Amino acid sequence: MTRYFTKDHEWIDVDGTSGIVGITDYAQSQLGDITYVDLPAAGSAVKKGDAPCVVDSVKAASDVYSPVSGTIAAANDALGDTPELVNTDPEQGGWLFRIDLSDAAELDGLMDKAAYDAYIAEL
Amino acid sequence: MNAPNTAGWRPELGEAHIAGDETFTGNRALMLDERLIFEIGDASTTGVDIDPAPAAASRLGNLARSEAIGLPGLSEPETVRHYTRLSRQNYGIDLGFFPLGSCTMKHNPRLNEAVARMKGFKDVHPLQPRETVQGALAVIDELAHWLVTLTGMDSVAMSPKAGAHGELCGILAIKAALEARGEDRKVILVPESAHGTNPATAAFAGFSVENIPATEAGRVDLAALKARLGPDVAGVMITNPNTCGLFEPDLKAISDAVHAAGGYVYCDGANFNAIVGKVRPGDLGVDAMHINLHKTFSTPHGGGGPGSGPVVLSAALSPYAPLPYVKREADGSLRLVEEETAADDQPASFGRMVAFHGQMGMFTRALAYILSHGADGLKQVAEDAVLNANYVLRSLEGVLDAPFGHSGPCMHEALFTDDGFAEGFSTLDVAKGLIDEGFHPMTVYFPLVVHGAMLVEPTETESKAALDQFIGALRSVALRAKQGDPALKSAPHFAPRRRLDETLAARKPVLAWKGDKAEG
Repeated sequence: MTRYFTKDHEWIDVDGTSGIVGITDYAQSQLGDITYVDLPAAGSAVKKGDAPCVVDSVKAASDVYSPVSGTIAAANDALGDTPELVNTDPEQGGWLFRIDLSDAAELDGLMDKAAYDAYIAEL
Repeated sequence: MNAPNTAGWRPELGEAHIAGDETFTGNRALMLDERLIFEIGDASTTGVDIDPAPAAASRLGNLARSEAIGLPGLSEPETVRHYTRLSRQNYGIDLGFFPLGSCTMKHNPRLNEAVARMKGFKDVHPLQPRETVQGALAVIDELAHWLVTLTGMDSVAMSPKAGAHGELCGILAIKAALEARGEDRKVILVPESAHGTNPATAAFAGFSVENIPATEAGRVDLAALKARLGPDVAGVMITNPNTCGLFEPDLKAISDAVHAAGGYVYCDGANFNAIVGKVRPGDLGVDAMHINLHKTFSTPHGGGGPGSGPVVLSAALSPYAPLPYVKREADGSLRLVEEETAADDQPASFGRMVAFHGQMGMFTRALAYILSHGADGLKQVAEDAVLNANYVLRSLEGVLDAPFGHSGPCMHEALFTDDGFAEGFSTLDVAKGLIDEGFHPMTVYFPLVVHGAMLVEPTETESKAALDQFIGALRSVALRAKQGDPALKSAPHFAPRRRLDETLAARKPVLAWKGDKAEG
């Protein structure tokens, strides 16, 4: 399994053609306390850069952009009752949705952890 | 027989409170701690004596309610006191400085109220025969004339009820114009510095929304916008002055480029107060713009009145304006163009947005404001509003980070960030500290293009003395945030309630009283 990062502060863990998407620890720290997560429905088709998911915090409602194109396979239903998981465990238990990738080549434009850490150090 | 209770204490009196700085009642002198109306009195109390209803056979069968419905029970003085006490905890423009923005902050002259309460305006009904409301129709027609004149546009749709409704009106007019041209353009471009309602409006109307980045100077990136224009772009929605409080100097160039690419320009006129009488959006190539009457022409929105969002339209979009509208006949009489005559008067209209004619009470006030100020007065409104915002900006930029302070004067509002605050201190702490100082906090965490935004819009309402007091207070609170004063983290200390748990309130909102408890 390989983890990639986007400039919009999403991460995606890719295993074969299946990916799990969430927002980074940096993103949750910037958003503040998460109050609600609008999760995508399984089966919906998304294109890279679409916003299938919205994260509401005490400060703002923020789109979560899909790092890749594909079909939503599942969403993290635990966030319905405990949206705070995105704050407490953003890069694991607070994952947002699982997606079946339609084009693995899209991963080429994403960052690895070292590149992402260097990117946020500049912000 | 029991011994007499010489101490006079009974359980319902509660235990005496004789230590600490909390009072027995929870009141702080004349600042009264008020409970929910359901927690006062009991269901057996009523303000009036009503004879028991005569027995009657219910025809509801098993649908008849069997439980008490849980109405509060208060006497008349208890009820009056409850609402009067609550009103004392409210904070509004008539009580003090309120730097949230012109939406709530702009003073509504009492002259407007006197005019709106004139016999003939206050009791008119939208279904009255037209010949009995010629005066009211003349108010709509004359206000429409001034809105068109002040904006340099071709026509105005008066009926939209507020800003976002006006945005929808403008975008539907653009959609109708594209349909009339037989073009299927799907994309609306929205700069980062636009109001949040702009992308929502475009999406609601069925367009897909694409962002245009801002420049280092907080303006629309003209090159990026031009690069994105094409046959799929229906138009742009641009806020001017923008949400960073800055004028968009490239708006004419933007309009020319959008028009050359076959699109339309929607301008969010929420911040028109800063340029009224100085700039005509029509001269900048705008095709549609809503005017929040309550933000520019003083109708009392923050005080609880309704919004009102007339939309001025260019000649290109005027044929698609919604119904109804007021039309002056050759004999000088006024009539409403509605569906019955639309085929002759306005055949391309996209339809109707509201049942009647818009916010009549706001029209009366806005016209009173325009006529009482005159052309020179309106111009001075814009100049004073901008002067006040720049006074705030320049007075505080030595203490607070002003991200666009270097790019010249601001327009209607001064923008600061949380840069330089001590570790663990945030914009929210400053906002709460301002409550202790007796001010309603400014807009916080918006716009999103800067970190920890604090957006101060003083409008022309405030005197220099009032601004100096606010600037002194904000400077003081900002210094506490920069120095890391721990007491600021738990502010407010002197408000009726201390720091509220806003996260819990958002995650588990309690929205309704159900019997003996509140429920989410």
